[in-house]
Amino acid sequence: MSEPIHERPEIVNTLNTHEFAVIQAPHSRWRRLCDNGAFRKTLVLVVLMVIWEVYARVLANPLLFPTFSATVGALLSALVTGELPRAAAATLILLFKGYLAGLLLAALLTAFASMTRIGADILETLTAMFNPLPSIALLPLALIWFGLGEGSIIFVLIHAVVWAVALNAFAGFRSVSPTLKMVGRNYGLSRAGFVLRILIPGAFPSILTGLKIGWAFAWRTLIAAELVFGVSSGSGGLGWYIYQSKNQLEIPAVFAGLLTVILFGLSVENLVFRVIEKHTVRRWGMAS
Amino acid sequence: MAESNQETLKQHSPLLSVQGVTLQYRTTDQLLTATYRVSLDVQRSDRFVVLGPSGCGKSTLLKAIGGFHAPTEGCILLNSTAVHAPGPERAFVFQEFDQLLPWKTVRANIEFALISGAHLARGEAADRAAHYIAKVGLHAFADNYPHTLSGGMKQRVAIARAMAMEPAILLMDEPFAALDALTREHMQQELLQLWQDTRFTVIFVTHSIPEAIRIGNRILLLSAHPGQVRAELNSPGTDVRDAQGKLLSTRIQELLFDRALKSAAGDNGGNDNV
Repeated sequence: MSEPIHERPEIVNTLNTHEFAVIQAPHSRWRRLCDNGAFRKTLVLVVLMVIWEVYARVLANPLLFPTFSATVGALLSALVTGELPRAAAATLILLFKGYLAGLLLAALLTAFASMTRIGADILETLTAMFNPLPSIALLPLALIWFGLGEGSIIFVLIHAVVWAVALNAFAGFRSVSPTLKMVGRNYGLSRAGFVLRILIPGAFPSILTGLKIGWAFAWRTLIAAELVFGVSSGSGGLGWYIYQSKNQLEIPAVFAGLLTVILFGLSVENLVFRVIEKHTVRRWGMAS
Repeated sequence: MAESNQETLKQHSPLLSVQGVTLQYRTTDQLLTATYRVSLDVQRSDRFVVLGPSGCGKSTLLKAIGGFHAPTEGCILLNSTAVHAPGPERAFVFQEFDQLLPWKTVRANIEFALISGAHLARGEAADRAAHYIAKVGLHAFADNYPHTLSGGMKQRVAIARAMAMEPAILLMDEPFAALDALTREHMQQELLQLWQDTRFTVIFVTHSIPEAIRIGNRILLLSAHPGQVRAELNSPGTDVRDAQGKLLSTRIQELLFDRALKSAAGDNGGNDNV
């Protein structure tokens, strides 16, 4: 305080409006390519294929580990004979039935849980009990209850789907911000309108996660179940195709079957879930 | 003649009347009394400010008027009808930025409020939404999703949405509290401008004395723990001196913090920096 304040002149500038080097400019083509997620992921896939091909050639044991090109060859010939498409179709139809039934049950459970406290307790207890239980472990029981056939497989599929989906959807409902809920009530929405127009969109990120996890669980369970008893269900699916090819020592065909499963996984993730995500949670800024 | 008598009665009876309202709520381990026997009357076109320190139950009081919280004692009357549940004739503007539905654009947010809240037809809702979006100066952002807007813009949308419903009364719960000081001042000015245009009735909750003086024509002071009515003052819109030469803001501070001023001169909540 005792020291005098240093005297300085004030500074007032007129703003420069024209002499900027760059204000905005498009990125270079290479930069745009690198920013493209599809391009980067394709790159990853190509590198994996090359590693596979090189390793298999070095190993030189087609019975243990066929090359990538041999696998693709087996895949193409199985496609041509129609054996693989038939198996894949059988698997997919079963998968959709089980998945949809699981979703329906999950929706009912979640609705009940979000309406009543005891419903929430029931859902939480059941999930804690059954979610860690591998669905395939229920297959022997299912075979006794529902016999050798679609029924048993759909039963284990439902079990695979329902807990993951219900758990995530319910967690999502709970995490919808209290402010948003009050906004919905302020409009005087009906109960159904409130659930449809506020709770479900508000919980959509979690619901989508549940759908993805449920889908993956359903695939795993189905392939495993088919490996165990595909032929008895009348129409052998992909799992059975893999198992049969192994028995006939057609190892490239085994790999072709596995590759088909992988391709389905990749395309559902990228063509279905990613597209849904892009048009919903990403567009809304709700993606975690 | 009877009709015109009723008409004058309606003119003179308050739009909103809160009578001896005690509000309590349960936390996990105790029962808290937020306000104790609070009474107030809001007339048409009032800019009624509820001012008090944190913990005086002002937000809880506003939520009770909104119908989100039932009083343990007393009653709340809107146009002489008791308030029991939330409703679109009491449009709410919250403090939080996340009050806009993130899955709808600015335009769709307002239209949705009009269709589901005010029960307008789609075309009429679109027209009115456009009108109010223009009113808050956001026509360039009508098709943006809320997450792409700044905090001030989001609050502007929330205010446009509430005003578009053309409610009997607007309830604003510290709508500018989460904004930076410059934006906040700008928004206060805009709100007053909007009021000049349409003369809506608003209850405005705040903890800032300068904001209360600027926004309100009537200021209710609530004491803390539990909230009780300390005073109801008139405000001309600026911090004027009364007959004794005392500033309105000083008077409010003394009324709100009289005990605190005597015991601890420093801690008087003077850190309201607007």
